[in-house]
Amino acid sequence: MAQTQSGAEGMHSLPALLHRNATQFGDAPAYREKEFGIWQCWTWAETAAEIRALALGFLELGVEKGDHIAVIGRNRPAHYWSMVAAQMVGAVPVPLYQDAVAEEMAYVLEHCGAKYVVCGDQEQVDKVIEIQQDLHQVKHILYTDKRGMRKYDHSQMNALEDIMAEGRAGHHRFDAELDRRIAEITYDDTCVMLYTSGTTGKPKGVVLSNRNVIESARNSAEFDHLTRNEDILSYLPMAWVGDFIFSVGQAYWCGFCVNCPESADTMMTDLREIGPTYFFAPPRVFETQLTNVMIRMEDASPLKKRMFRYFMDHAKKVGGRILDGKPVSFMDRLKYAIGNVLVYGPLKDTLGYSRIRVGYTAGEAIGPEIFEFYRSLGINLKQLYGQTEATVFITVQPDGEVRADTVGVPAPDVELKIAENGEIFYRSPGVFVEYYKNPESTASTKDPEGWVATGDAGFIEESSGHLRIIDRAKDVGKMADGSMFAPKYVENKLKFYPDILEAVLFGNGRDRCVAFINIDLTAVGNWAERNNIAYASYQELAGHPRVLETIRSHVEEVNKSVAADEMLSGCQVHRFVVLHKELDPDDGEITRTRKVRRKFVEDKYADIIAALYDGSETVSTTTEVTYEDGRKGSISATLQIVDVPVVPVSHQKVAAE
Amino acid sequence: MLDASDDGYVTEDGRKIGGVVMEMKNITLRFGGVVAIKDISFDIREGEIRAIIGPNGAGKSSMLNVISGFYIPQEGEVWFHGAKRPPMKPYEVARQGIARTFQNIALFEGMSVLDNVMTGRLNFMKTNILQQAIWRGKAEAEEVENREAVEKIIDFLEIQHIRKTPVARLPYGLKKRVELARALAAEPKLLLLDEPMAGMNVEEKEDMSRFILDVNDEFGTTIALIEHDMGVVMDLSDRVVVMDYGKKIGDGTPDEVRNNQEVIDAYLGVSHD
Repeated sequence: MAQTQSGAEGMHSLPALLHRNATQFGDAPAYREKEFGIWQCWTWAETAAEIRALALGFLELGVEKGDHIAVIGRNRPAHYWSMVAAQMVGAVPVPLYQDAVAEEMAYVLEHCGAKYVVCGDQEQVDKVIEIQQDLHQVKHILYTDKRGMRKYDHSQMNALEDIMAEGRAGHHRFDAELDRRIAEITYDDTCVMLYTSGTTGKPKGVVLSNRNVIESARNSAEFDHLTRNEDILSYLPMAWVGDFIFSVGQAYWCGFCVNCPESADTMMTDLREIGPTYFFAPPRVFETQLTNVMIRMEDASPLKKRMFRYFMDHAKKVGGRILDGKPVSFMDRLKYAIGNVLVYGPLKDTLGYSRIRVGYTAGEAIGPEIFEFYRSLGINLKQLYGQTEATVFITVQPDGEVRADTVGVPAPDVELKIAENGEIFYRSPGVFVEYYKNPESTASTKDPEGWVATGDAGFIEESSGHLRIIDRAKDVGKMADGSMFAPKYVENKLKFYPDILEAVLFGNGRDRCVAFINIDLTAVGNWAERNNIAYASYQELAGHPRVLETIRSHVEEVNKSVAADEMLSGCQVHRFVVLHKELDPDDGEITRTRKVRRKFVEDKYADIIAALYDGSETVSTTTEVTYEDGRKGSISATLQIVDVPVVPVSHQKVAAE
Repeated sequence: MLDASDDGYVTEDGRKIGGVVMEMKNITLRFGGVVAIKDISFDIREGEIRAIIGPNGAGKSSMLNVISGFYIPQEGEVWFHGAKRPPMKPYEVARQGIARTFQNIALFEGMSVLDNVMTGRLNFMKTNILQQAIWRGKAEAEEVENREAVEKIIDFLEIQHIRKTPVARLPYGLKKRVELARALAAEPKLLLLDEPMAGMNVEEKEDMSRFILDVNDEFGTTIALIEHDMGVVMDLSDRVVVMDYGKKIGDGTPDEVRNNQEVIDAYLGVSHD
């Protein structure tokens, strides 16, 4: 198959990288997908042929330059191929979240004006058809899974593989046109458009150029010394920028293999079978795995339990240091090596991490114990901080400088600055081109010099040069004495205790901080069972004196750790209550993604907050609750207010104002 | 709307239903003095979803057992593919291309999902126990071939994540799905489902309904099912037989049945004299 050479030296598009990979190491695996219980494999050469067939098929359908092609489906090779094939013909791929409901999808489809939609299965096709009834813009729907599709009207619909077959059959007619279009791709053409989930207002379409994607992929790959021998598991939503960079950008730049799980439910099994060398997961994946390990260890034989405990204690002591290349005595190393044979190795194998070289977690704060657990096993788990607008990378942790409480140093070619109010700004080759059809938002986010506001507040630690994120910039306030008030920072510290499900800190504009706490019914209930504490309801357990005592000790420890931080030492919790009900999205107290709606909670529980500040020992309150079926009721309770000792701080009151 | 010609009819959603696959002619089934089924006749056509409904004790399960050949009726004839069916053993019925699921799940609890579904392929295994013990060669090829068929069904019913899980550890809804998988593994011409949705929550019912429709659509399998949930039955089936006290009191499309006075009486209750 003839391909033009123009893109091949410059490597300024994904199709060019594909061509390079297919010619330089065409026999190496590029994609694997588990289907029918077997890992099916495509080499780079095969991948190039498949994508080319698909691109020819797109031409046959009449895809024009600049058209948008939406891709809605789970992580499958065919969906990744559709995106690259779209780029080949000069179209813009727009991956969407497959779990979005029809209305959300309708907004995005209308906004980007997609004329072609690649759907994973019947479910997605149905949504697009529903949207199409009002929209009338989609010219053709393509689908990968043929199941259930036979009855549909196919005048504007086709299976992806049929389009590929037509492309192959018609290649004499379209080869020249395709080569011309590939040759026309420039470094500054749009590579992909990704919609940010948009916690406030409508989602925005972030336009990323080839330059953004390729520079970011190159920099990050060099930073972590990624090679074409890596194996990754692609299981995170395709619409998320991280997946695009890991599974497409870096994969094409390095030429490593992308493995797609059989289904969302088999991810853990597939993870173990593949044993990725490079892995990315949000904190909750690591948390779930750790919980499972701990539960299973509880059921293990006494000998195994003792071995596990003994060697894990040792790993906690030296594992992280060995990983960071710090000096460790010979005896400790020997003991760690024995532990590796007996405990760590088998454990890593069970988790699917036996081959891992680099692992990343990001998205939200990870509990230090969880983080340390994985690192002590010898898994090089690191944190990074990024955004869609930055093509992921803003800061990353270099090997050997990994800590739970920072997000690392600026990634290669990234400049950082911290504004007056603590908000973080960055500038890098990865900075997005624009928000699609939204110049106002573009202008308010990115200034003419290319600095982008993150919306997060943080500071750079002077001793190490690492960035620490404190909170969302808009949530950061000032206490009455002018010191910084960063609720999330303290709340996260509290939430790292398994007993605490949710915490809300108050203190903006006040002289001291107080907190609401929700206990975690599973963890505390379990504890109650083991300690023969009988309880009839959440409310009763939440008010139990021994529970309050446990929580008090947690808060006290958090205070000590907060006090150690000179900027935030004013945020220590002076008094708290354990709430009589869980904060619930049905009551509007937290969002569906479990983010606390501060203002709402503050208003709703004004009486409790007042009691927290006026020094009373108990507070009686009545709260309206919404049941799952929509009925409303109310619960009343008398809550015990608990005082917590704080670490006295003197030096910081001089700072601002 | 149903044109009862021998060539079949076309359903509302445009599926073509073929000729008669199975015909029950004047079936009467007695257990001692108890008459479970009294002189019932109806047919099942190729490619259709045929429901048998009725209040508790109406004789639905007995009817299904007659179809599956487990009960031999004292009177009446069962015609299958244009020939009168002589009394046969259940395994002979299975060989004819009839598979079923049970009201009370009947899986091998200690075996994995995969092994359970593999048992559905028994009729496709030709090697003997000795060959299977040696395994290399013929038995191996046979296993690979059957495993492939089973994997397609596992994929179809979306149970990949429990492939290796022992059935005993599964929740009820999934067990039901595994049972359906095993029945499908036999590649039946006629699939009998005994209360496929009993005891399920709304979401599980929706899933199961979708699978039943997909099986019918994808493999062209004729399906006869018994179900309590009227909503489900009316949505799923092409034609419905209504039974009460062992008698047939209605037969037709869901709409026809819904407006049948006798059916309404049976469900709402009137005194029988």
